Amino acid sequence: MRKLLHNRGFLPGFGMTMGYTIIYLSLLVLIPLSVLFLKATTMSWEQFVGTILDSRVLASIRVSIVSSFFAACVNAVFGVLVAWVLARYQFFGKRIIDGIVDLPFALPTAVGGIALTSIYAENGWVGQYLAEWGIKVAYTPLGIWVALTFIGLPFVVRTVQPVLQDWDLQMEEAAATLGATRWTTFTRVILPHLLPAVITGFALAFARALGEYGSVVFISGNMPLKTEIVPLLIMTKLEQFDYAGATAIATVMLVASFIMLLIINYLQWRINKFDAAR
Amino acid sequence: MKHLTEPAYVRWILIGVALLFLALFLILPLIAVFTEAFKQGADVFVASIADPETLSAVKLTLLVAAISVPLNVTFGIAAAWAIAKFSFRGKNVLLTLIDLPFAVSPVIAGLIFVLLFGSQGILGPWLDLHDIKIIFAVPGIVLATTFVTFPFVARELIPIMEAQGKDEEEAAVSLGASGWKTFLRVTLPNVKWGLLYGVILCNARAMGEFGAVSVVSGHIRGMTNTLPLHVEILYNEYQFAAAFAVATLLAALALVTLIVKSFIEWKTERQSGVEEEPYIDVTGERAG
Amino acid sequence: MSIEVDNISKSYKNFTALKNVSLQIPEGELVALLGPSGSGKTTLLRLIAGLEQPEEGRILFNGEDNTNRDVRERRVGFVFQHYALFRHMNIFDNIAFGLTVRSRKTRPNKEEIREKVHSLLKLVQLEGLAHRYPSQLSGGQRQRVALARALAVEPKFLLLDEPFGALDTKVRQELRRWLRHLHGKLGLTILFVTHDQEEAMELADQVVVMNEGKVEQVGSPEEIYHHPANPFVYSFLGRVNLFRGRVHEGKIKLGEAEFETEWENKAVELPAVGYMRPHDVEVSLHAPADSSIQAVQAQVSRISLLGPIVRLDLKRLDTNEVFEAEMSRQRFAELALVENGTVYVTLNNLSFYVEEGQSVTPAPTFIPLQVSV
Repeated sequence: MRKLLHNRGFLPGFGMTMGYTIIYLSLLVLIPLSVLFLKATTMSWEQFVGTILDSRVLASIRVSIVSSFFAACVNAVFGVLVAWVLARYQFFGKRIIDGIVDLPFALPTAVGGIALTSIYAENGWVGQYLAEWGIKVAYTPLGIWVALTFIGLPFVVRTVQPVLQDWDLQMEEAAATLGATRWTTFTRVILPHLLPAVITGFALAFARALGEYGSVVFISGNMPLKTEIVPLLIMTKLEQFDYAGATAIATVMLVASFIMLLIINYLQWRINKFDAAR
Repeated sequence: MKHLTEPAYVRWILIGVALLFLALFLILPLIAVFTEAFKQGADVFVASIADPETLSAVKLTLLVAAISVPLNVTFGIAAAWAIAKFSFRGKNVLLTLIDLPFAVSPVIAGLIFVLLFGSQGILGPWLDLHDIKIIFAVPGIVLATTFVTFPFVARELIPIMEAQGKDEEEAAVSLGASGWKTFLRVTLPNVKWGLLYGVILCNARAMGEFGAVSVVSGHIRGMTNTLPLHVEILYNEYQFAAAFAVATLLAALALVTLIVKSFIEWKTERQSGVEEEPYIDVTGERAG
Repeated sequence: MSIEVDNISKSYKNFTALKNVSLQIPEGELVALLGPSGSGKTTLLRLIAGLEQPEEGRILFNGEDNTNRDVRERRVGFVFQHYALFRHMNIFDNIAFGLTVRSRKTRPNKEEIREKVHSLLKLVQLEGLAHRYPSQLSGGQRQRVALARALAVEPKFLLLDEPFGALDTKVRQELRRWLRHLHGKLGLTILFVTHDQEEAMELADQVVVMNEGKVEQVGSPEEIYHHPANPFVYSFLGRVNLFRGRVHEGKIKLGEAEFETEWENKAVELPAVGYMRPHDVEVSLHAPADSSIQAVQAQVSRISLLGPIVRLDLKRLDTNEVFEAEMSRQRFAELALVENGTVYVTLNNLSFYVEEGQSVTPAPTFIPLQVSV
């Protein structure tokens, strides 16, 4: 150990801080999480698969994935737009807008949920106009999409914005001297460069949306088979003391989250490599 | 320069669309919280806030944050020191593991503690025997909150401390400073803004966490209700004005968080000398 | 294609980058814009390319006014200081970019583009690297890709911004030679910006010396080195000694030394400066026999042996001015000089400038003088 430490330079405290990190991480995160898998293994395979293949569970998985996907798509498009506007243009109140983008990070999800519900309900500020067009938002799948768009919004903006701010404007000048129009420059030079960040932001927003609970429960209406998302179903199973059912669904969801995390980490590593190479 | 930007009308359309989107999804909800809170007048608002149940929810929320934030700050500093100032194998694996709680749905975060400490959980019988209550009690809320806010401080500090390298610390140690002194006098001043940034984000989430806390709390009024849970109960009982009144407390917390965050960003931006528009060359020569 | 810059002015916020600059660059020449940083040389290059708009003045290509033409339509080849290669495109796509972004009507077909790119890769000696990415190339290779990319659109002329600035010495010298060769082969007008006088002297047919937003002198490397138009050019190109004195009634006095001039007989006494390159300083152990030759005594304060030459740091005994002299090793051995020894220095080959202060313009004007010794 002494030799090992010596090789790391002569700064003190590696053993202590590392030990503390590992113990704290294990006690608070790793052991509790592994309990979920442990619990899942006490179920028989038939039991496990039976729980998952239940039509209500499958419907909730479908609702969760579809609404998260569309929310992340909208966030990808508008996230790039907002990041672009903030990074490239000057306008009054820009600093405030820049700050407000992080609101979904700072505002408790329950508050976001009830506020969105009040706005998009049939008699709400926005909902009443949409109702005239026959569009119902609150208590429909559209409502879930609104809530998930709200909570995922900062992810794309905050991954794309720094890339745009560090962007070498000479590349755009080079494209101009070579005769490229503004639109061509955007689609062929700027956008390909932003793509890894956009995909990362998309993946982050999607992953967050899949697990989101607080903002959705108020606006979704929670109708089984229609507007019931996976986290809500887990909650319902828990309230019915169906721990096995909750565990089975949670296990599937957790595995999906891990895969997303690995993808995100890979993407982030790609971006860093890309940037380091310039 | 016109080759570096779009025609004015395109610019204004883009700004307009972006602002409209942000207004619909961010600004309107925020305004709605405050308007709804005062819909039935200031009296209802004050009464809702002064309600003993609200006050006990405030107390519990503060208590939970006061325990979980310092725990995660300590962890964040230790992890950042070990990861940023030393090289070892498996660093990336460790970083991924620290990120885990971000990837876990809040509901699952609550569930795992129920499975561990609940009456049907692994340690349940033992806890029952010794009459220790964790689930549907304050310790469960603290645990779940600490879990979901686990990565905030570490994630903020690690990149900053890595970027700063270890030259200054090595210099301090070579001049005879102890490890603890080196940390306090050299490292900490360098990362103080980053640390504060992590702390306020960690705190905002700790006070606002809903899903995970909802699973482990049992919703016992005046006992295990944090502010977000209290909002939910009031809302589900159709006491909308009261629900929004309590929500204004949390919205105010969010605004303070955003303001402090912007302030820190402004402060660090100025320190690192990053200009708003790096492409305007004042000297006539490209800075490169 | 020839380039004419006509009375251009350009300023940023509260900084004037160029004031009334006029310049003519004949077709087929290799021209250097030389000056210290902040002298406006890069701004001038960017104005010619159309990357900046002047406040005043015109820019003409072959006599045709291009001042208000968009950068996209000017068809100039511009090589950026840090190359600005498209990082996510391989070398082939980088070079082909200018062709593939053309509208469908004017765009060459795929086969033509492929051929064009390969011939350019051959020209810049990077065959076989078509599928690499910029990050996988060395600095010198990136520089050549940037050049090929600029050449792909068959530009009217090439503009290079500090083309070798980011490279190490050895690669820089290779690339200089190669650029010179390329210029000979293509016969293209090339204008490049540099702050390195050696680079300008070695490469260019014509050197444009710039300072504080003005053109100080235009000429061949030979001309600007041996016949600098003013003290700035004198001191910017190579090492120079400076002796301060005064002019009065046709005589310049630099300490004990006195020079006859053709300076008009004015009653006033004005400050004068004599410039002299170190290799023009003649050092001897004895006073010159001819008393009409102006010589002063100096002390050797330091001797530096620099390969084939020897540099002396000298101090004049009459004025205490410090200056340098350079001589061959052979001459140094003949004189058998030692530090702190005293020598005689002949002050011929001096160029004089008189500072004539005017109340209208705060900056002193310098008037070169003929000196009769």
